[in-house]
Amino acid sequence: MHAMTEVKAIKTAAEAGLAETYAAARSRLPGGKAVAAQRQAAFEVFVRDGLPHRRVEDWKYTDLRALMREARPLAPPPDAAAKAQAKTAGAMLGDVETRRLVFVDGAFVPELSDTAALENGLTVGSLAQALADGDAALSGELGKRAPATDVAVALNTALMGDGAAIRIAPGATIERPLHLVFMASGKPAASFVRSLVAVGERARAMLIESHEGPPGCGYQVNAALELAVGEGAHVDHVRIIGEGAEALHVSTLAAAIGGKARFNTFSFVIGGAVVRNQIFLDFDGDETVAGIRGATLLKARQHADTTLVVRHSGRGCQSREVFKSVLDDEAHGVFQGRIIVKPHAQQTDARMMTRALLLSDRAEADNKPELEIFADDVQCGHGATAGAIDEALKFYLMARGIPNAEAEALLIQAFLGEALDGLEHAALREALMHRVANWLKTRG
Amino acid sequence: MPLLEINNLHAGIEGKDILRGLTLAVNAGEVHAIMGPNGSGKSTLAYVLAGKDGYAPTAGEVLFDGRNIFDLAPDERAAAGLFLAFQYPLEIPGVATMTFLRTALNAQRKKRGQAELSTPDFLKAVRGLAKTLGIDQEMLRRPVNVGFSGGEKKRNEILQMALLEPKLAVLDETDSGLDIDALKIVADGVNRLRERTRSFIVITHYQRLLNYIVPDVVHVLSKGRIVKTGGKELALELEARGYAEYQEEAAVA
Repeated sequence: MHAMTEVKAIKTAAEAGLAETYAAARSRLPGGKAVAAQRQAAFEVFVRDGLPHRRVEDWKYTDLRALMREARPLAPPPDAAAKAQAKTAGAMLGDVETRRLVFVDGAFVPELSDTAALENGLTVGSLAQALADGDAALSGELGKRAPATDVAVALNTALMGDGAAIRIAPGATIERPLHLVFMASGKPAASFVRSLVAVGERARAMLIESHEGPPGCGYQVNAALELAVGEGAHVDHVRIIGEGAEALHVSTLAAAIGGKARFNTFSFVIGGAVVRNQIFLDFDGDETVAGIRGATLLKARQHADTTLVVRHSGRGCQSREVFKSVLDDEAHGVFQGRIIVKPHAQQTDARMMTRALLLSDRAEADNKPELEIFADDVQCGHGATAGAIDEALKFYLMARGIPNAEAEALLIQAFLGEALDGLEHAALREALMHRVANWLKTRG
Repeated sequence: MPLLEINNLHAGIEGKDILRGLTLAVNAGEVHAIMGPNGSGKSTLAYVLAGKDGYAPTAGEVLFDGRNIFDLAPDERAAAGLFLAFQYPLEIPGVATMTFLRTALNAQRKKRGQAELSTPDFLKAVRGLAKTLGIDQEMLRRPVNVGFSGGEKKRNEILQMALLEPKLAVLDETDSGLDIDALKIVADGVNRLRERTRSFIVITHYQRLLNYIVPDVVHVLSKGRIVKTGGKELALELEARGYAEYQEEAAVA
């Protein structure tokens, strides 16, 4: 039986393409020897395992080997036209006042970014620049949090070109949300972005990442964010995946959260043909309070998978997980959520709820909640539901004169409300609700 | 021409007729009470009129303002001026009461070719009506009917009716679950809306509500058809003697 697993993992066109891309690019990717060694080690994970497929439990519902037909070449640095296009990137946030750091096809574009007049305690820069400069402190942080055996992360490490490098000093309060704008210009290319964000003790910050691009082009994005949240810090993270309709997008958030911190993360998934949204959170300290939420809206043949792994290692932490998805047409929504409570993590209070609303009988929702509890004094629970619009409620609305489509829209917005109401930033919440309303208007 | 004309209506759910040849005419400005024992088809009539999914007619016709209502979706019937006050008003978590009221009112106005009500005019209208019905502002801030008591839900139905100003309101056992004070508030709310051009069908099991909403005509419904029609005194008779004789009459017929 052992011999069976020795079968060469690289066999599809996409896998061969990724190997070729790495071979051709490795010498010019940023970073010194230590980083090159990390890239090589990560690449070897990929060579050993290949693209994840349905027999890999964590990727059961998102068979990347089948879904990824070919590997796009690495995107060239953005030209003037691509940059001009990116001027409106991130407009989806409406009136939300942010500090924008703009990346086009994975490369930092300083002239489109707000890097002037930084608040005290805030350092922002490009990862490529930091690696080229041989920033030892930064490269020492690389890969500390992201799970090295995850093939999506391994490919990101092997091929990362650029990303944001952000540091917030202990005690600093950064009022203006930081907005990492990732924009694809529409070339049939691939970008691998890696961002490192370190938030010092007792600091306060909000970090928004948005990923978008035009429809009609099968570009590929692999984005990873490693985040360290210091003790007593308060960090809100929001990820908006609004890629073009043919795009393949893999995102990873890997965060280590210190004690007595407040941490919220919200995933808003609305775009892309195939999306894998991975969230790995480690609660290392005691008494941290976390809100982990998400809303996914899919139509046509979109496929989106949110995979969450929450590891409680400290005592007395509280986490609330609420994920809602609305699935129309032949869309396929996946939620996998695993909560791990380590032996010492007594008094952990973790509750996970995931609900899918199916707007079509051809839509599919897969929910896989798991609890792994090794401590004895904990409160943990999970619930999962999938169902159609409540016809009795719809009739009540229609009996008051509200037409079918509007009645459904009201009920869908109400359904998503439970997740979106967790966003404390009112303007951002409204911007996302507006995005939901627009999505509803385009329903057939 | 009557405002509502029901001719030989047969209807029910899942192919089983619950209404079996119901005929009824309601003129503009009239209040008709429909009384009957459990299972006589009272709520089925309410749902068939409002257009609930699955309550399909198998024979007969219903004309409202001269139009066949079976050609209209529930929202179109509402916009045409038909209102159903639900026996069990639903809770809609996540939909704010004010959003619900404004969406409903403006959808009806739009369908009738009227301009939307401005926000201040809308708020003024809702607040005024809420006050007369003893609905406090805090309740209006909640999601639709969420956390409302049975009586509050019924008052909220009357608030919706008053705001939407229908031509015909069907009150489906609006008295059920109400104490005497709540019953009076609800009845006052209905009586304030009585006028020459507005009609009511008051569906009830008990005569009590009819002390406060005095009907012009009382019908006895049994086994899916109207078996007796009379004036308001018929309700008192029913209260004294019960429905037994009518159930037998219907069985024989």
